[in-house]
Amino acid sequence: MDGFLATPVGHFLFVVAAILAIMIPVLVGVAYLTYAERKVLAAIQLRKGPNVVGPFGLLQPFADALKLLMKETVIPSGANRVLFLFAPMLTFALALIAWAVIPFGPGLVLADINVGILYLFAISSLGVYGIIIAGWASNSKYAFLGALRSAAQMVSYEVSIGFVIITVLLCVGSLNLSRVVEAQKDLWFVVPLFPMFIVFFISALAETNRAPFDLPEGESEIVAGFFVEYSSMAFAMFFLGEYANMILMSAMTSILFLGGWLPPLDIAPFTWIPGPVWFALKIALCLFVFLWVRATFPRYRYDQLMRLGWKVFLPLSLLWVVLTAGALKLLGWLPTGA
Amino acid sequence: MAEVVIGAGETGPGAAIRTHTMNFGPQHPAAHGVLRMVLEMDGEVVERADPHIGLLHRGTEKLIEYKTYMQAVPYFDRLDYVSPMCQEHAFALAVEKLLGITPPPRAQYIRVLFAEITRILNHLLNITTYGLDVGAITPALWGFEEREKLMEFHEAASGARLHANYFRPGGVAKDLPAGLTDRIAAWCDTFPKFLDDLEGLLTENRIWKQRTVDIGVMPLEEALAWGWSGPCLRASGAAWDLRKAQPYDVYAEMDFDIPVGRNGDCYDRYLVRMAEMRESLKIIRQCLARMPDGPVKVQDHKITPPSRAEMKTSMEALIHHFKLYTEGYHVPAGETYTVVEAPKGEFGVYLIADGTNRPYRCKIRAPGFAHLQAMDRLAKGHMLADTVAIIGSLDIVFGEIDR
Repeated sequence: MDGFLATPVGHFLFVVAAILAIMIPVLVGVAYLTYAERKVLAAIQLRKGPNVVGPFGLLQPFADALKLLMKETVIPSGANRVLFLFAPMLTFALALIAWAVIPFGPGLVLADINVGILYLFAISSLGVYGIIIAGWASNSKYAFLGALRSAAQMVSYEVSIGFVIITVLLCVGSLNLSRVVEAQKDLWFVVPLFPMFIVFFISALAETNRAPFDLPEGESEIVAGFFVEYSSMAFAMFFLGEYANMILMSAMTSILFLGGWLPPLDIAPFTWIPGPVWFALKIALCLFVFLWVRATFPRYRYDQLMRLGWKVFLPLSLLWVVLTAGALKLLGWLPTGA
Repeated sequence: MAEVVIGAGETGPGAAIRTHTMNFGPQHPAAHGVLRMVLEMDGEVVERADPHIGLLHRGTEKLIEYKTYMQAVPYFDRLDYVSPMCQEHAFALAVEKLLGITPPPRAQYIRVLFAEITRILNHLLNITTYGLDVGAITPALWGFEEREKLMEFHEAASGARLHANYFRPGGVAKDLPAGLTDRIAAWCDTFPKFLDDLEGLLTENRIWKQRTVDIGVMPLEEALAWGWSGPCLRASGAAWDLRKAQPYDVYAEMDFDIPVGRNGDCYDRYLVRMAEMRESLKIIRQCLARMPDGPVKVQDHKITPPSRAEMKTSMEALIHHFKLYTEGYHVPAGETYTVVEAPKGEFGVYLIADGTNRPYRCKIRAPGFAHLQAMDRLAKGHMLADTVAIIGSLDIVFGEIDR
């Protein structure tokens, strides 16, 4: 067996199997995240949520997917056909390829590269292109406004996310995501870097265009924003991309601040549960907060969001970078780096 | 498509930059029905807002001229379909004034009771959909749960959830069913808790305040000049409420306060409506406590129908019934402008009777029309998202604006 894996064909098949092993759970996760969202919102809003298709409505996501597949893809006559169809593919693909560097457990990672965080950061920054292209290619004023809002929003939040990541890096001494998790063996970063955790989580909401920062979508203002002209599977790809991004950002939050696959306490009953389960639980917790926030808060206005990003988060995160660096240097806690 | 349209010969430095025009509605999730607004925008900033109306015009006023007075009542339900009974109230009072009759006390109490229930129904719908426009989705679902309970009271009294046709000239259509007052009283005890929950979601919510405070400010003098009334006017600072200023039915006996805003912005309009719901609750409680027994319509069967039982034995009653439901009653010639404090503001009926069984003219004054016409004044210089908040705060319903 080992011999076969060493051959080029064997290695290729192994990688394909590994990719599928990540992709399928992620896509099922996306499907059930839509279900969970509807159930959580329903519970908060004194409703029942989906409960007809299958037991407890558990087959609802598949019914929805099937419905979207069967629908006609409408392309507006004035649209740029190539870009119009390219945008949802881009969004969806970007939401999936980011998973390559996510460590699910000790050694359980598809690509254990040393620039894992940078890779994630780069991929999530590219996400905005899908939206801008969609907004531009639709040839619709509402979609265009949505795209403009999205561009402004992404720029505002990427910067502070960058500084938050730098703060974490200073404490770890490595860009490798597995290292980031291992560095939290004794103390999760959420404790010493709590303000950064908050900044990161709020930025993650903005990054994924979720309420209260769902301006590019802005249902009651610009109807559906950048994807107002999309239907059928093209729409579904945006939808899947958005939810896959939510899971991804939750995974990033867990890795950077909540100790990834590590159990909360390194003692008996907690260590019995395998790492990937802990990781999934932490992601689920973050996702629940995503949904909870959506049910609770009104939407920000475009300029208010920019103000929050540039005037509050940017100085705050910059200050914490300086403070963290200073504290590490003065107290001699700088990671040795390996 | 282009954000900034540059025409021929307009390129280069110093070129005039034209605004771009956006068609907001009539099929827009925040258009509250069929509002069509042509927005001239500079990016996201609104330079000019031009509301277009008429997409829900049904010719109500003209139709009423061809109906007997009794047949005209249901049209009033269908004006502002969110607060039907308050509008029936205006018409009933107008006809009563021309006929020179006063409904019995029990009828007056029932009307005030249901007018206030209707007010709560209206404000619940407005505040929750206003929240929805600003992006808060949960209030709408919570509010509709309460509205459902109130709709059931409507249904218990009139048989219809929405288009009640309950307040008639001379009283109300029929007496309340047994036990309804107890159910309303029980609801009165649970409603303040709901209001507290709703306020918990919105009133001190920082995002909600950022989105509504100082948005769409209307100073008092201008509000009066635009013909504003109701909660929108009170939010600008005028303690003007027709229930106090010229009380009708038994409002004079009711003890309640008029909430008044200070800044006239979207937030104040929200707060005024929240406070008004609590005041309405006070009035409902007083109505329930003091409601006398007795008939619920004037006992002149030339105007109100006799009871079913009477018709089985009395030839005269049978004739009355037949005449009422075919020819209707004749109203002596005269004219009146009668107003009520509808949930949205001053709802007036200008009725001219020419002595026949049908009105000669029935002009309806809808408060929403006056509010909507100030849209350009309010939205100018604000962003697109604020326009949505302003529309929500004005409580626009197209049934009454287009008529």
